[in-house]
Amino acid sequence: MDFPKTADIVIIGGGIVGTATAYYLAKSGRKNVVLLEKNTVCSGSTGRCGAGIRAQWGLELNCRMALRCIETFEHLDEELGHPTGLNQGGYLMVAYQEHEWAQFQKNVQVQRKCGINAEVFTDVKRAQEICPGLQVDDAIGFTFYQRDGHADPFLTTFAFREEATRLGVQFCKFTEVTGLKVKGDHITAVETNKGTIECENVINCGGAWAQEVARMAGIILPNWAERHEAIITEPVEPGVCPPMLMSFSGNYYIQQRPHGSIIAGESPAHDVMTGYTSRVESIANVAKIILKLLPRAKNIRIVRQWAGLYDMTPDAAPILGETDVKGFWHATGFSGHGFMLGPVAGQIMTDLLNGQKPFIDTTIMDYHRFERGEKIVEPMVV
Amino acid sequence: MAKANIVCRCEEVEMKEIREWIARGYDTFDELKRELRIGMGPCQGRGCRDIIIREIAKATGKTIAEIDPGTMRPPVKPIKISLLAEDAER
Repeated sequence: MDFPKTADIVIIGGGIVGTATAYYLAKSGRKNVVLLEKNTVCSGSTGRCGAGIRAQWGLELNCRMALRCIETFEHLDEELGHPTGLNQGGYLMVAYQEHEWAQFQKNVQVQRKCGINAEVFTDVKRAQEICPGLQVDDAIGFTFYQRDGHADPFLTTFAFREEATRLGVQFCKFTEVTGLKVKGDHITAVETNKGTIECENVINCGGAWAQEVARMAGIILPNWAERHEAIITEPVEPGVCPPMLMSFSGNYYIQQRPHGSIIAGESPAHDVMTGYTSRVESIANVAKIILKLLPRAKNIRIVRQWAGLYDMTPDAAPILGETDVKGFWHATGFSGHGFMLGPVAGQIMTDLLNGQKPFIDTTIMDYHRFERGEKIVEPMVV
Repeated sequence: MAKANIVCRCEEVEMKEIREWIARGYDTFDELKRELRIGMGPCQGRGCRDIIIREIAKATGKTIAEIDPGTMRPPVKPIKISLLAEDAER
């Protein structure tokens, strides 16, 4: 297919947010949608993520978005005609500190108002029913929600891509955005290494690179990239870690994919790190965490480690909506939750581009909130 | 029954599937890896990488030297969790 010269909507970024936005726009009847990806689809943060999907949040806004996401994922295989690898083994969240446990109990009140009925308990035996062999004698409390879980980021993103392609979206890989043209206060074109596309609308789904893209149109975002690392083991029998096992204070997540491999990660101290370098310290730390929590996993072998970038904002909440440059939109800053929120971000962006009201009020997610000194204070983030 | 031509033995991926996905535009090693899990098993692509690169070269008309072999990741060979944990810093 020839490189497009014009488009109604250009989406920048082929991660989950960009591909889901492409799909929902095409599904809503929008034509001439083009997606640009500087590498290949799912080569950035989405394909490197921990793949968790949870409704257990602390703010009503996030609970409602996340619950919508779970509902979306529950029907996605059927809707897209491709598997997404959804596994609803639940999220078992572990609190080791008093203030954290108090927060969990507050969160559950908010979640219940939104229809999320998480189980709250302190009995280690109950935790071991959910996750056999789990060693958490030092924990003080747990929450568990069965509809939470994880999916396959590659398969999910490719499923959106395949269906979006069928509906007419043109995907351009190895196409790097080099400039954005603005006339007056309106975006007019995207310049790339393959040529220039004149267009009415541009949606920046650039993830950890969104800040660089925004700057090309004179928009300054306060985002930064933060490197996180993960590991995967050889596939083993199911049942080693049935839920997504996760703790903020314990600084870990562990899950087992349906095909048997265990994926786990820890978070580094917060500082600005870029690049995809894997550190030997990280693989050793994660191995030690798994060994402590699930001692019977000791002889399972780790086959691979990698790093990915969180697209962070100052309040760890996304930036959604139009900018001061008309026709230049953002769906970025997901701060480590882009995979779980991506499909819903695609639905929200489609409503916004079509002049319709999304199911949540997105004005609070405006990028100017930081200048105004406003923050979306969510307790359930890393 | 026709015999399957298994290219990636770790993840049991057939040549037929690899050719199908190349034809759909997934014509780099990393894209095929992400869709089909080739090179993600215990051997980390030692068995299948050359064969797949040859297929991509054939389909795209490029030479083998022009095909990106994809990313190789540590620890290169599978290592037990208990052994790796000995090196933890905390």
